[in-house]
Order: sequence, then structure tokens, then C-alpha cells
Amino acid sequence: MSDTSTPAPAPGAAHDAHGGHETNYVKIWGILLALLVVSVVGPMLGHPVLTMVTAFGIAFVKAFLVIKYFMHLTVEKKYIGLLLLTMLAIMLVFVAGVAPDVMKHEGQRWTNTAAIEAVEKGLKANEAAGHGEHHGEAPAEAPAAAPH
Amino acid sequence: MSSTATPEASGHSHDDGHGHDGHAHGHAEQNFFLKYFWSTDHKIIGFQYLFTGMFMALIGGFAVYAFRMQIAFPGMSVPGYGRVTATDYNALVTTHGSVMIFWVAMPVLIAALGNYLIPLMIGADDMVFPRLNRLSYQLFLLSIVVLIASFFVQGGAFGGAWTSYPPLSAKPEYNLTPLGAPMWLVAVALEFAAFLLGGINFVTTLMNSRAPGMKMFDVPIVIWMIVIASILFMASVGPLVAGAIMLLFDQTVGTGFFDPKKGGDPVLWQHLFWFFGHPEVYVVLLPAMGIVAEVITTFSRKKLFAYKTVIYTAVGTGALSFFVWAHHQFIAGIDPRMANIFSVTTLLISIPVAEMVFVYIATLFGGSIRLTTPMLWALAFIGEFLLGGVTGIFLGSSGADIYFHDTYFVIAHFHYTFFPIAFIAVFAAVTYWFPKMFGKYMNEAWGKVHFWGTIIPFNFIFIPLFLLGARGDHRRIYDYTHFPDLMKPGMQDLRVLATLSLVVLLAFQVVFLVNYFYSAFKGPKAEANPWKANTLEWQAPSPPPHGNFPEGLPTVYRGPYEYSHPDRQDDHWPQNSPS
Amino acid sequence: MSSFPRPIATTRSATGISTGKLAVWWLIASEIVIFGGVLGSYVMHRIGHPEWASQAEHTNTWAGALNTFILLTSSLMAVLAHQAAEHKDGKKAAKFLYLTILGGLMFLTVKSIEWTNEIHHGFTLTSHTFWSFYYTAAGIHGVHVIVGLIIMAIIASDAKKGIDLQRVEAVGLYWHFVDIVWIFLFPLLYIAK
Ligand code: HEM
Ligand SMILES: [Cu+2]
Repeated sequence: MSDTSTPAPAPGAAHDAHGGHETNYVKIWGILLALLVVSVVGPMLGHPVLTMVTAFGIAFVKAFLVIKYFMHLTVEKKYIGLLLLTMLAIMLVFVAGVAPDVMKHEGQRWTNTAAIEAVEKGLKANEAAGHGEHHGEAPAEAPAAAPH
Repeated sequence: MSSTATPEASGHSHDDGHGHDGHAHGHAEQNFFLKYFWSTDHKIIGFQYLFTGMFMALIGGFAVYAFRMQIAFPGMSVPGYGRVTATDYNALVTTHGSVMIFWVAMPVLIAALGNYLIPLMIGADDMVFPRLNRLSYQLFLLSIVVLIASFFVQGGAFGGAWTSYPPLSAKPEYNLTPLGAPMWLVAVALEFAAFLLGGINFVTTLMNSRAPGMKMFDVPIVIWMIVIASILFMASVGPLVAGAIMLLFDQTVGTGFFDPKKGGDPVLWQHLFWFFGHPEVYVVLLPAMGIVAEVITTFSRKKLFAYKTVIYTAVGTGALSFFVWAHHQFIAGIDPRMANIFSVTTLLISIPVAEMVFVYIATLFGGSIRLTTPMLWALAFIGEFLLGGVTGIFLGSSGADIYFHDTYFVIAHFHYTFFPIAFIAVFAAVTYWFPKMFGKYMNEAWGKVHFWGTIIPFNFIFIPLFLLGARGDHRRIYDYTHFPDLMKPGMQDLRVLATLSLVVLLAFQVVFLVNYFYSAFKGPKAEANPWKANTLEWQAPSPPPHGNFPEGLPTVYRGPYEYSHPDRQDDHWPQNSPS
Repeated sequence: MSSFPRPIATTRSATGISTGKLAVWWLIASEIVIFGGVLGSYVMHRIGHPEWASQAEHTNTWAGALNTFILLTSSLMAVLAHQAAEHKDGKKAAKFLYLTILGGLMFLTVKSIEWTNEIHHGFTLTSHTFWSFYYTAAGIHGVHVIVGLIIMAIIASDAKKGIDLQRVEAVGLYWHFVDIVWIFLFPLLYIAK
């Protein structure tokens, strides 16, 4: 093929199942932007659970689209996808092993008094500040809004 | 494509065009520099790692000499060092531990052997990314420069132990090494970066660049092991890299990631560290196991018993090793229910390790065993490592570990694992591949002197430490005379015995160094395949030239361990011989 | 650079995946655990410390959203560059790579304005552990952006001359990964309030 590239998908498609389709990429990009808008608008509805869904659910959808259409992982050898999933699984193992210690502040025969105090003091301070500063999200909602 | 000689086989100053236009004298000098310091040849880079690792072993060995003398003879002026102060003591212990693990075991077992052996044993002319390879070594060298510089800065070298737990490591007010601590951390991080680059190179090379005909299950065990270890390293080191950045910020700018007063959590560091730290022990174990597989098959002239099982076992061990890390934290205040889970997984992991040992014993069974120096080392590895593994079971039971934790029992445990890995197996490798690396033989008699001179004192160092640990001897204590409980009759004698044995062991290393370097220059000439081994590196000339296989890259017809095949007269069957 | 004679090893491809691309997949695998470590630690702290919400409230959603937009668009440019490279059109590939680089530079610009602003308001690396995580996580990501830009500039200048076009795809993979990390950083740091 010469330098003057033919915009037609034909040559690329020959050795790469996903070749061509310029329009496709732009369309995916459009969807990604629409999703971005949803994730920004989500919190404005003021419902914390909905915020979590729009924020993280959409992040996963966006990541999926990028992985599938931009990185072409679905037409790559299977073990590449497995490798990346394994890495994610390893991170889950890490969090599962650490969370009972670091995320929780008490358990069987132990308490992390420093952390519990920090949480209590912090929440009180937030409440005190929250009265002066009328923020849309009431301070009482703050704990619920933490990512769950 | 692969039967042609390599395009760059003719000249070695291929990095730079201007290697050729200097005047005669400068030309030669530049060539020497280019050849040995700026080379992209995997064998040269392997040597760089090997010699750097040996040099670091001297530093680590000197450190242990100094602080063990202080333990045995508190307050004495140590010959060659002088008085060991409490600060010195901490710095020496930390330096010894981190150097031996990060700057000796890792570079020698993974980087030196991986670089030297992978292309040769899979029938390639080099690694797939030679320049990345060179960069990886340079980063590694830089990490050493930073580490060594940290010995001389104000406040001295870091003394917060190789595990670097906060708050001790996080606050200069506590560790009193405002520069040493961050420099130590930066050095470790650079070293990780070097091995991440190297690991990617290793994995890609093995996956893509095997000789024609070589299937994954024709790859020698040692290569499998080095690559599995590199993957394990890659998968486990990430959180610690992140953690190192966080700790560096805690040390230098005063963030509070690990400070409970600021909402952080010091136990998080322990998790980040050991999530890497435990897989790390298998990162070094697996290559050692691989070396042993090569040596024992060659010197018992037998096919490896259960080749595939060894590989599956290694993968299984690697996977399991992600589920055991908190056994280092049983008394760090973790939930007892978590401790139960981690106890069970820890006990489970000894199963695949034991299985590998059984496979090796089965391989030896009925073989025509030749007790050469490398074979002695390999056999000793199996025996000594077994003791280390077995004592791990005691420690893995969380109930027993409440008592054993942070005693000399732990020290003895991990030295019975690490010393066989980082030294016994490495000596097996160095003596086994010596004829290939230098085209010369080492002296067998002196080799055996060195072997016995190492193995016997090794046991006399660490059996006393087991006994001391079982009697409650706490580790990381500068001067035991301050602790009457730990000065009961006989305890100091055991400490002295361990220290004196250490001095003997160190002295015998001189035998090795002399034998090694003398033989490299003056040893009797070795042929290409002195041990009559099957793997591809032995089918190349000794030492292999740039590009490795001057007669064209090999094609592979069979697995690596076809020794004493019943249909053949010859008792070996090289992987690349068509019939 | 390109005058370096490649060993035969580099040209072999037993897996059917080109060497460079295979290496980038492994690089991404090793990066997943690096980001996993810092983000996992952050998430555990956020859940364990509900009071941090009063700090998180001060992050600038619009700056985050703008940067998401910029990175998504630069990812599009990267994939278009790859497409051009597949058509052996080095010039066009280079053009799209330069556009990708432009996106990366815009991202960094927005980031520095945003950070300057926050630091002026007293939200610094040490003012609160939420902000420590905020700057550290985004900072590690930012370093990846900068590294990506440098590598892309090298590859683009080669691609323009038609050299090593296969690298365009490899660097694109890396860039998409950096984009994906940001896709998760955005809700973690900006939306979860
Ligand atoms: C691959 C060979 C092994 C190596 C290189 C190794 C290395 C180590 C190291 C370095 C430590 C101490 C770290 C420190 O506190 O400074 C350690 C402790 C420990 N090892 Fe091993 N180990 C190995 C095998 C095993 C096995 C097979 C088990 C159990 C089945 C095991 C169980 C333990 C436990 C439970 C501890 C913690 C003890 C404590 O701190 O109280 N290890 N090991
Ligand atoms: Cu362990």
C-alpha cells in the first residue's frame, strides 16, 4: 500500500479483524462523552446511592468500552485478558486481606482507638462547620456518601 | 529466518557509529568501555549483575561480621571495624538484610542467571530488548550508588530494619536518620524499577523468541522458574511501589499515610510490605529450584521425574503465595479470625514446596550419580532447605508463632531457606555454568574444600540460633548483657559459637574467590559441553560469542532432559540434534 | 535510535503477538498492581473514615470532568493513529500522535491550574490525609502521562519517517491504560463526596 492511504477499511481489515471503521471510533468516543455527562449529572440528583451507581457503574462501562474498542482486547489472545484479570483479582485479594484491619476499626479482641476517635472528632467538626456553611449536601449525609 | 547468523555478529561496538572513528589508542579504550560497560549483549549484562551481586555480598558479609561480633563479644573493638555503637548496630543489621535480599539474591538469581541463560537456553541470539536490558542494569547500579551514598550522609545509614516499619521508619525524630531513611527507600524503589524492566524483558523473550520447534514444554526448568519468578515479582511488588512513594512522603514532607494521628494506619505498611515480601521469598526460591533441577538431571544422567508437575507446582506455589502474607503479622494486632485463615494457607503452601523436593529425590533415585562440586551444592540445597521449610510450619501456626515471633527461631528459619537459595544454589549454578561462562574448568578439589568449609559452619551458625530462639532469645538486641533473662547459662555460649562459625564460613569464601578468579584466567580449557548436557547453551561454543550460536541459531527437536534414553547408545541427547 | 541493529530474537514471534505489544501488555499488568495498591489503600481509608467527606467536597468536579473529556479525546486520537499506522500511513499516524500529545499537554495544564488553585486554598499534600491521597494518586498518574508524552514524541518522530510503525499501536495501548486509570480516579477523587 502506498503512502496515500485509502480511507477505505479494506487493507487493514485483512490482517486485523477490527481494522477500518473510522466512524466506529468516533461513535465510541461519542458514547464515552455521553457517559461522562451522566456521571457528572448523577450527583446533582442528590441521591447518594444513585451517585455511587452513576459514578462507579459508569466508570466500569467506560473502561470496558476503551478496553474493547480502543485497546482491542477482545480480539487479542485470550491469555492477555486473563492476565489482566488475574492482576485485578490479586488486588482484590490484597484488599480483602487488608480491609478487616485498615478499613474496620475494631474486631475480635482489638480496637483501633486512634481511628475511632479520629472519625468521631471529624464528624463532629463537620457537623459544626456544616451549620455555618449551608451546603446542598447536608453534613448528616456525609457518612452515607462515602463510597460503599 | 533463524538459520542465518546474526547481522551484528561481526562487530561489538554496534551501539554507536562513532566507535570506529577514534584514533587507534582511544579506539581500543573505548571498545573496552563499550564492550564491558555499555554493552547490550545479554551475557555481558549477566556478568555485570553477577559481579555486582558478588561485590554486594561482600558488603552484606562484612556487615554481618561486624554486628555478630558485637553480639558475641559486647563492647569489643571489632577487628577491621572498631567499636560497634548501638546506632551502628541497627544500621549494620538493616544493611545486611536489605543488601542480601535486594542486592544479592535478586540480582544474582534472577537478573544474572536470567540474562545469561534465557537467550542461550531457548536458542536465541539475545534478549528481545537489549537496550532496555542495559537500562535495567544501569538503574540497578544507580540504586547501589544511592544505597552506598546513604552510608556516608549525616546521621548515617538507615537502621529501621529491612522491613522498614513505620513509625520508626517514617519519622526522623524516631529513626535519627533524616537522610539515610529516604535514601534507603529510594534505592529500594530504583531496584524494583530495574527488575520490573528486566522482568518484562524476560517474559517477552521466553514467550516470543524460542528457537523454532521449541514448545513451552521443551523449555528447561530453570528458565521456567526464572520467568515465573519474574511474573510473581511483577504481580506482587506493585502495592509496595505505591507504599514506598507514600512512605517517602511521610518521611520527607510529613504526610500521614501511616500515622494514626492523621487518620493513617501503620499496619497498612506492614500489609503493603508483606504482600510483596512473602511472594518475594518464592521469587528467589523458584530460580534456585530451577538450578537444582538442571544440575541433578545432568549429574544423575536421568530424565527429570515429572517435568510438567514441577512447572504446575511452581505456578501453584506462586499463586498460593499471594494468600499467606499476614503470617508475618500474627502479633501485629490483626484480627485472630484473619490469623486463622492465614495460618491455614501458610500450612497449605508447604505442600507444593515439599512436592518439588520429592520430585527431585525421585529424579535422583536410581541415577548414576556423579558427586561433582555443583552436584554437591545441589544436593546440599535440597537437604538444608528442607530444614528451613519444616520450621516454617512451626511459625505458620499462629498459636506457636505468638511465642516464636521476633525470636532467633525466625532468624534461623529464614536463613535455612535464604542461605540455601542465595548461596548454596548460587554456588551450584556458578560452578555448573562456569565452563560455559569462561571456557575453563574450576578446580574440583578446592571446590570441595570450599563446599565443606561453607556447609559445616553454616549449620553451626544456625542450629544454635534455633536453640536460642526456642529459649526466647529476642532478635534485634544490641547488647544482651542488659537483659538478665536472655543471659541464662549457656545462651551466650551459643551466641559465641554462632559468631565464630560465621567467621569460619566467611574465611572459606576466600577459597571460592581465589578459585573462581584464578580459574577464569588460568584454569584448564573446557570443551563446549563438558558435562554432556542436553540443553542448548551447551551446544554453543564456550564461552559463547556475541550472537551465541555462530553456526546459526538452533532448531529444537525434543525436551531438555532426555538422558540415558533406552534407544540410544549415547547417554545424552541434545535438544537440537535432529536424530 | 533506529540504527540499532535488532537481534533476531526481537523479530521472532512465537505467540503471534508482536514483541513490543506483548511487552506493553506485561507493562500494563505490572501497572495495574501499582495503581491497585494506592487506590486500594485510598478506598479502604475513605470507607473507614466517613469524616473525610468534608475534605473531598472541595475537589473541583468540573476540572476533573474537563480532564476526563480531554483524556478520552486523546485516546480517540491514539486509536486513530494506530489505524493510520495499520494502513502504513506514517505521516497520518504521526499527526494523530501529535494530537494525542496535545491532549496530554492540555491535561497537564488543567491539572496544574487546578492544583495551584487548591494549594492556594490551603489544601496541600500535608493538610489532611485525604489530600495526601489525592495528590499522590493523581501525581503517580500524572507521572505516567508525562512518560507517555515523551515516548509518544519519540515514536511520532520515527513514524513520520515511516520507521517502526508497529510501535504506534504499542504506545497507544499504554495511553489507553493511562486513560482508564483516570476514568477510575475521576469518580474516586471527584464524584464520591
Ligand atoms: C521459600 C523459602 C522461604 C523463605 C526464603 C522464607 C523467608 C522468611 C523470612 C525472610 C522471614 C522473616 C522475615 C522477618 O521477620 O524479618 C520468614 C518468616 C516466616 N516464615 Fe518463612 N520463608 C520461607 C519458607 C517458609 C515456609 C515454607 C513457611 C511455612 C510453611 C514459612 C513460614 C514463615 C512464617 C510463619 C514466618 C513468620 C515468623 C514470624 O515473624 O514470627 N516460611 N520467612
Ligand atoms: Cu512469609
